[in-house]
Amino acid sequence: MSMRIAVDTDKCQGHGVCESEAPGVFRVSKAGELAVLDPTPPESERARVELAITYCPTHALTIEEETP
Amino acid sequence: MIVPTKVSGDEGGTGHLEELRRDPIGLMTRVRDECGDVGEFRLADKDVVLFTGAEANEMFFRAPEEELDQAEAYPFMTPIFGEGVVFDASPERRREMLHNQALRDKFMRGHAETISGEVERMVAGWDDAGEIDLLGWFAELTIYTSSACLIGQKFREELDGRFARLYHDLEQGTDAVAFVDPYAPIDSFRRRDEARVGLVALVQAIMHGREAGPAPTDDDRDLLDVLMSIKDEDGSDRFTADEVTGMFISMMFAGHHTTSGTAAWTLIELLRHPDAMTEVQAEVDGLFASQTAGETEVSYQALREIPWLDAAIKEALRLHPPLILLLRVAMTDLEVEGFHIAAGKLVGTSPAVSNRLSPDFADPDAFDPARYLVPRQDDLDNPWTWIPFGAGRHRCVGAAFATMQLKAIFLVLLRDWQFEAAQPLDSYRNDHSKMVVQLAQPCTVRYRRRSSVAAPVAVGAPAPADSR
Repeated sequence: MSMRIAVDTDKCQGHGVCESEAPGVFRVSKAGELAVLDPTPPESERARVELAITYCPTHALTIEEETP
Repeated sequence: MIVPTKVSGDEGGTGHLEELRRDPIGLMTRVRDECGDVGEFRLADKDVVLFTGAEANEMFFRAPEEELDQAEAYPFMTPIFGEGVVFDASPERRREMLHNQALRDKFMRGHAETISGEVERMVAGWDDAGEIDLLGWFAELTIYTSSACLIGQKFREELDGRFARLYHDLEQGTDAVAFVDPYAPIDSFRRRDEARVGLVALVQAIMHGREAGPAPTDDDRDLLDVLMSIKDEDGSDRFTADEVTGMFISMMFAGHHTTSGTAAWTLIELLRHPDAMTEVQAEVDGLFASQTAGETEVSYQALREIPWLDAAIKEALRLHPPLILLLRVAMTDLEVEGFHIAAGKLVGTSPAVSNRLSPDFADPDAFDPARYLVPRQDDLDNPWTWIPFGAGRHRCVGAAFATMQLKAIFLVLLRDWQFEAAQPLDSYRNDHSKMVVQLAQPCTVRYRRRSSVAAPVAVGAPAPADSR
């Protein structure tokens, strides 16, 4: 199992909570554009990514589990 | 193709305008009862197609600007902001504003401290027991918190109760008569225009004071300093006091009456439901008790993980949404649930109606914070009908800030004070005579200092209010 991060761009407003929680995975530009630096991050990032998902103010993030 | 049915009660003249000014929730509930998900009422020469229910609401909230536009949908806001300042912006522009307006997550920790400090200042003037007017008290508090967080601490220090009172007159100037004529010769519009002149004069005096004083340092420069430093090519000031005031009014507007009213309703509902108050109080006390000696600051994480208070606020928002009617203009002909909607009509959805739909919400009129406690999540399960903040592309960008602010306010209030109703519990109600909904007066509660309290949270608590 590995995780793939999915973003609903209709919902994302660029608050930057994800970047605060998982700075190695998410980056939000000054203009508020979200870039997922690593769409399939390693297991070591899972706890931080899950916090980003929990606290995203617009619930724009999800993890899709992939079986290799 | 069928057209939406018009709700009963149109007796000619301006149609349903008078009923909208008298009992808007009754009118909109009747639209749903008589017409279903898509119905219609009439405001003078404007037809308003009202959506309710998840399917129509989803279309409303997902529609791009080319289909449903909100720039022209709120005629009652133009005289308040001033010409050229629109009520809302495109989703792209809103993202930029998030950055510019310091609403981004990385500023939230600082805002939480600022808000706690402002509550401390307001209660510093309280005796051991007394009575407050919920409308006036929370309205003044939220003028200070929103100006401090969105414009800057320095500007906030230059404000006093006069700004809050003038701001209240602005908010009261949102009579639905504006759908016919935003400049009609009625008392509330006259007071609105006088209040705006008064606010410009206050801001102008602040600007004069800054021009006469020392230049701002990098440490204390706020948004007003930045705006004053922008010059045209000929060296004259880029922005007049009138324009600056218009910008500040619009920046503060969305977060002011909304947060103020929700704070009041959260407290009222907790007083009406002592069991819920007991849970929230235990949660607050537990938070402070768990702090180690010498630790004086409530952590930002603690503010996020406070489920009963969080749920009480969500439930106050569901039952008493600050905005009861969200509007757009149909830019093209549309088809929704088989109904034809002609270009040019106003299209609306009502948080007040949708938030209480059955079966989306079990026992929909009951205040039940448990509907948000694990494993239940009525808000997330109903993304298109749990809509106190709207939804989708135009969802309130200040929702996270507002929720954090409300929790910070109640942590300070409930730590040191207990409250009781100063009037019958069923006598608290909203005044719906204006498009900006406010508590109807009288709306007083009594406070009393709690006998044993935890160590104060010195979140940068500044000088007491009477030292200004």
